[in-house]
Amino acid sequence: MADETPDLRAGLPATPAGEQPGEPVPRIGHDEWVARAGERIQTQRMKEQLGRVHWVVWFAIAVTVLAFVPVITSDQYIIRVGADTLIYALLALGLNVAVGWAGLLDLAYVAFFGFGAYSYALVSSDKFGQHWPTYAALPAIAVATGFVGLVLGLSSWRLAGDYLAIVTLFFAQIFTVVLLNGDKISLLGGVFGVDGSVDITGGPNGIAGVDAFHFGSHQASRVSAYFWIALVMAAVVFFFFVLLDDSRPGRAWRSLREDNLAAELMGMPVDRMKLLAFGLGASVAGLTGTVFAALNLGVYPQTFDIPFLITIYAMVILGGAGSLVGVVLGAAAINIPLEALRPETSLSSWTSDGRWLFYGVVIATILAKVRPWKWAIGIVAGTIGVGFAVRAIFEAAWPATVHGHLLSSSTGEVPSGVMAGFIRHYALLPTSGETFGKWAFVALMLSVCLLVVLPWRREVKYCCLPFVIYIAALAWENLLVPESTTTRLMLLGALLVVLMIERPQGLLGKHRVEVV
Amino acid sequence: MNHQPLLRIAGLDKSFGGLSVIGGLDMEVAQGEIVSVIGPNGAGKTTLFNLITGIYPPDGGDILLEGQSIVGLDPHEITKRGIARTFQTLRLFLNMSVKENVMAAAHSHTHAGIIRSMLRTPGQRREEKAIHTLAEEKLAFFGQRLMGYRWNQPAYSLSYANRRRLEIARAMAAEPRLLLLDEPAAGMNPVETHEITELIGRLRTEGGYTILVIEHDMHVVEGVSDRVIALDHGVKIAEGSFESVATDERVIEAYLGLRTSETK
Repeated sequence: MADETPDLRAGLPATPAGEQPGEPVPRIGHDEWVARAGERIQTQRMKEQLGRVHWVVWFAIAVTVLAFVPVITSDQYIIRVGADTLIYALLALGLNVAVGWAGLLDLAYVAFFGFGAYSYALVSSDKFGQHWPTYAALPAIAVATGFVGLVLGLSSWRLAGDYLAIVTLFFAQIFTVVLLNGDKISLLGGVFGVDGSVDITGGPNGIAGVDAFHFGSHQASRVSAYFWIALVMAAVVFFFFVLLDDSRPGRAWRSLREDNLAAELMGMPVDRMKLLAFGLGASVAGLTGTVFAALNLGVYPQTFDIPFLITIYAMVILGGAGSLVGVVLGAAAINIPLEALRPETSLSSWTSDGRWLFYGVVIATILAKVRPWKWAIGIVAGTIGVGFAVRAIFEAAWPATVHGHLLSSSTGEVPSGVMAGFIRHYALLPTSGETFGKWAFVALMLSVCLLVVLPWRREVKYCCLPFVIYIAALAWENLLVPESTTTRLMLLGALLVVLMIERPQGLLGKHRVEVV
Repeated sequence: MNHQPLLRIAGLDKSFGGLSVIGGLDMEVAQGEIVSVIGPNGAGKTTLFNLITGIYPPDGGDILLEGQSIVGLDPHEITKRGIARTFQTLRLFLNMSVKENVMAAAHSHTHAGIIRSMLRTPGQRREEKAIHTLAEEKLAFFGQRLMGYRWNQPAYSLSYANRRRLEIARAMAAEPRLLLLDEPAAGMNPVETHEITELIGRLRTEGGYTILVIEHDMHVVEGVSDRVIALDHGVKIAEGSFESVATDERVIEAYLGLRTSETK
């Protein structure tokens, strides 16, 4: 048989097609050959070799490394961020059951979290003089919250998609209303208390003075204790969820997400599986709520509202709904940068190094996205040239525009070094930097919009790019760096937008096909 | 009990609003039989399947599986009793792997719940192994087409014909006694259609299924059917061997209309 395309065989085993009876080699360009393309690529092979190590090994390594965080550092702030991240990770894992696996848009999830936290506060504080032992309170609350999840899950029997989302959102809102007004609950025209009402949730003041976790005579009073408790919980939940994913209920959930009706007709009790998804997710949320309440020594109604819900959703979606490793990474990827970009903290080297990140990201983006190469290099060079030229003109004409300081954020630290010197001779730094920065920001927004909307040829737009980037640099140096508290949220938002454009399925989510 | 039909439908009625889709339908499918349901578009064939599988409740009449009424049961309970189907418009679990599609359908005759799956009890492991074997067996029914490297590919990556095959494999994994195939040859080329005809025969001889099939392709109907039932406007207009139904005047009229000389 004549081989017409010998050069394509480079990556294939040496045996030609059809000569080995045992293991037939797929024909080039045909179905199987295309499907197996991954195996012939080096990185894919490495991935495969790494994948041969049992996942439990990776899991054990990750948990062990994390367990040492409070040992390595004595910085309470870092440990606190770690504990918060683990709490978020637990919540994301719980939300993933309904949203990632079963595909049910459950917006009441934050209420389950709040239910767990308030339940713990009620049975472990002076509010009603109840001080349950932790080992009794935790399972009881997990089960109770799971039951609430089952009941609210009933709405998923008749509602799907957006409609389910709206109804569960109402449940979440009802929950916060109950929390806020739960300090004057009266039944049957007032049978309790002095003025005919009873205080259960503490109203807007919440419940303070919640007990720390206590096991026998041991009190978990240090933050690191909660870090380890949250780590154990997250590890256990993660471990069991991985097993659950690859089993009969896991398959049933994914099936009903893919096609409700087909799942029912293939013998899966869809309604029951939906309730179980709601219930299981809710019990994880309830359990997490107890840790949250004990760690913060109190529960307050404002916590359990929409912004918190959106944060958890962002974590699940960013990480990749349906992927357990993904949602945990999503929790870390959102919570840690948010904290790291906070200007006042020990994690942050924002004022000294953070500002240079801007230039790195801009140059990297241009080099990665603009082709051909000469244009990419041209734009980078142009940006630098435009900066020095504009500054030279302004210095000659209006010297006041360059006499300001290189501003840093609230800490008042003035940056120094080669880069700082470069920026001083590059950007315009007027004495009233803030006002100037605001104008630059408005100009930046306008010019970006124009650049996107105007029907110019690409080359023309490339020519404009250095000017736009320079305006961005002015806004960055004069407004965004000094206002870093707001900027960190903007940066995170921008990061999310870029990520969702580049990877709509999330960091580790599988690419999903809806209709083919 | 051999003389009792596997499926018996008696006086089945269904209307949507004022439109009667199935009107007083009586039919039987004996154990081991292959029965085709034919009829022009809108004759009520798919509605018949939807009624049998419990998607819609009938307005009247009864559906008996081995003498027991299955009317009013949830679809998944009907599947558990032994009826599984494929869909005219394919409804695979597109983002799950080929093998998982089949494994998921083993749900009705397996038992491991959430707790047992999380704890990986010995019983659960044994069952999981059996589900894997079952899925591999069902996929092997289609030769090499759905085997090997395909197991771990998402179902959406399959070609149209392979998707039809996977739907059949999935229905088989529910371990039904009665298999309902809704237009298994729709959209297939002549070679594939021929293959489907052979396959339906093998489903009976090797799989031991009783089969009720809706089909428009008369080559398939001729090739597989022990008996043909023709529907028009929800009413049975003919029943019998392929030859007798194919030459029945009312069937020809339903498909082609009357000759002009007869329309007066």
